[in-house]
Amino acid sequence: MNETTTGSILTTEGVPLKVSLQKAEKRNKIRAILLVAPLLVFILVTFLIPIGDMLLRSVDDSYINTVFPKTFKEYKKWDRQDLPSEELYKTMFFEVKDSEGYAIGKASTRMNYAKSGWKSLLKKSKRKFKKIEEGPYKEQMIAIDKKWADMEYWKALGVMVDATTAGYYLNAVDLKYNVDKEIVRQKENRRIYNHTWIKTFKVSVLVMIFCLMLGYPISYLLSTLPLKYSNLLMICVLLPFWTSLLVRTVAWMVMLQQKGVFNNLLVMANVIADENRFKLMYNETATIIVMTQILLPFMVLPLYSVMKTISPNYMRAALNLGASPLHAFWKVYMPNSVPGISAGCMLVFILAIGYYITPELVGGKDGQMVGNWIAYHLKTTLNWGLSAALGAILLGVLTVLYWVYNKLVGIENIKLG
Amino acid sequence: MGSTDTFVKFEKVDKSYDGETLVVKDLNVDIPQGEFLTMLGPSGSGKTTTLMMLAGFETPTGGEIYLDGEAINKIPPYKRGIGMVFQNYALFPHMTVNENLAFPLEVRKLIKTDIQEKVKKALDMVELGAFGNRMPLQLSGGQQQRVALARALVFEPRLVLMDEPLGALDKKLREQMQYEIKHIHENLGITVVYVTHDQSEALTMSNRIAVFNDGKIQQISSPDILYEKPENAFVANFIGENNQLKGKVKSISGKNCIVTTDKGDEITSLKINVNSVGDSSTVSLRPERVEINSADSNFENTFNAKVKELIYLGDHIRTRVEVCGNDQFIVKVPNSYKGANLKEGASVKLSWKASDSRALDLG
Ligand SMILES: Nc1ncnc2c1ncn2[C@@H]1O[C@H](COP(=O)(O)OP(=O)(O)OP(=O)(O)O)[C@@H](O)[C@H]1O
Ligand SMILES: [Mg+2]
Repeated sequence: MNETTTGSILTTEGVPLKVSLQKAEKRNKIRAILLVAPLLVFILVTFLIPIGDMLLRSVDDSYINTVFPKTFKEYKKWDRQDLPSEELYKTMFFEVKDSEGYAIGKASTRMNYAKSGWKSLLKKSKRKFKKIEEGPYKEQMIAIDKKWADMEYWKALGVMVDATTAGYYLNAVDLKYNVDKEIVRQKENRRIYNHTWIKTFKVSVLVMIFCLMLGYPISYLLSTLPLKYSNLLMICVLLPFWTSLLVRTVAWMVMLQQKGVFNNLLVMANVIADENRFKLMYNETATIIVMTQILLPFMVLPLYSVMKTISPNYMRAALNLGASPLHAFWKVYMPNSVPGISAGCMLVFILAIGYYITPELVGGKDGQMVGNWIAYHLKTTLNWGLSAALGAILLGVLTVLYWVYNKLVGIENIKLG
Repeated sequence: MGSTDTFVKFEKVDKSYDGETLVVKDLNVDIPQGEFLTMLGPSGSGKTTTLMMLAGFETPTGGEIYLDGEAINKIPPYKRGIGMVFQNYALFPHMTVNENLAFPLEVRKLIKTDIQEKVKKALDMVELGAFGNRMPLQLSGGQQQRVALARALVFEPRLVLMDEPLGALDKKLREQMQYEIKHIHENLGITVVYVTHDQSEALTMSNRIAVFNDGKIQQISSPDILYEKPENAFVANFIGENNQLKGKVKSISGKNCIVTTDKGDEITSLKINVNSVGDSSTVSLRPERVEINSADSNFENTFNAKVKELIYLGDHIRTRVEVCGNDQFIVKVPNSYKGANLKEGASVKLSWKASDSRALDLG
């Protein structure tokens, strides 16, 4: 029909062109989806879901509500001025007495984060409550342990009433809730994370800078040498990739120890006295040295692939136009290598900031980074909430950096090859 | 240095990259001020290498190059003050057209207003005044080419080198640019050393052409001499179309000689590149200098030939004949009554003058 709405074009068979186009494209779309489906599922299951779970865990505070549901309900009526009423003591008494020991244990760990002392109090009470047969409960509980008459303990429960908490995040930056749910700084001797954050950034930035300083000339050489030499050099650069990370790290331990190869050589060459050996192992210096070596290929590869595309004629043209070699390099070669610098620095920084195994092995006490604390809380203290909060902050920082980078340099300026 | 006229001088220059083969051998050239010299030759003959030595990006393995009387072997490229247009333009991709042009002026520490003025003048010269703020990649090939040209000229060098600057352009644009470059050369009075593959480009643009082969200059002379009077078989073959008849020198008398082909035909030719009786020789002859069935009797050489093939080309008919044992012999017959009567397989008489046939080396 000719008098269809203006603008819609028909195919020769009289079907609107758009409809027939959609039909044709539908098959292509299905094909595309089928092709990516396995990877999509894989990433979903192994990556996105765990990350989501981690983010939830970092704010989750619901477990304790499942152990003391009635107590918390009653708790909300309390005026926080005097000791709670008999009613609150009573619900608390039964919920402690009737709960599984395992549940009380887990909940008391959480309560201990809010006010230390809860854990031992509950453990003791659970044991003694068995003997108490009838009320009033308040006096009998206080008789078992005086802490039951301490307002601080009762107040501290208020921090945990909500099913979500920012407590882990506060913890991750050396802050905490006091018993009145006000944000305060941690006690002097418990402030460890801010220091670690700063160190993590410092180490990552230094490693990035050293990688750039060492990697740039090598990449330049690689990209300008004739193929037969550049292949050989490339193998040398990639060799670290082919040896196990652990082997390499242990090799560095042998090298850098106070009685190690490096110091021995210096002493033998009379550069330093025997008693003045450098402390290069089990500290921040060791972390930086070893991480620089390990991450160097991640700087060299993107730099090389970008430099490979810079025509030698640019430098020649600049020289020909009268620029000194240094000026030509700075004004012509360097700007053209920026995409490689960006990509290399991003890659190295991102890898460095979450690094774990190397600082663990060679860093000693002084060379630990955020990644090590995450592992520590995950494996040793089982404070997964704090681990998750540390991890989430790391993720957030990287996202912000990425955004800033995109604003400043433009993400399209990253080139991996 | 003697002659004040000589601006660039190559003296016994050799170049080897690998220490085994010489890619430029014993190069001797004098280029006077203001000349447009083209280096023409097949791929790999050493043209770019020669240019790079002049620009300072390669060092001669032997010999010396002089610029304006001064030996420049030890002077780094950025102190030579030579402009250069690279084959793929080499415009800085991260700078605008204006910044590209300002670059050589900034390194020479000119003041800002001067720079702006010169950049504008140079851009106007190549008719790209409106494109100063574009990035090089936003320009067409021809426009990039002209920017490269402007950049090589903007700091007013007295010598400009161009390495196949028009190689990437289509035919029409190439012809237009040839004209523009020629024009600029004449207006500015600069010396240009130009490299090309394309002989018609070389013939139309140059004051002199140096024909390179195998690292050596085979002949260096003005376009007309090069075409009319090639000095060896390579040049005769490389420049324009050329008929070759091979034989041995039978006798020499004054500036002429007689060459006998294998079939026993005796060709009277100019003695150019043969020395003594018995030498092998190639007689070279331009197709347009051969007459078919001429009534004139002024020709020293007249032979019977057989028409093998006729190719109609509008204004003339390309006629392939067999003569003196060569069946690839080409004659250009004007499309007049005479040409229209030719038939394939017909017997004809070919004649040419001794002064048009040149006895050269074997090639
Ligand atoms: N950097 C180099 N290293 C080694 N050999 C080279 C180098 N550059 C050129 N050659 C060799 O030198 C010879 C001359 O090369 P050149 O580039 O001068 O030739 P050309 O006449 O410019 O050829 P074209 O017309 O193809 O550009 C060639 O055989 C080439 O293989
Ligand atoms: Mg070349």
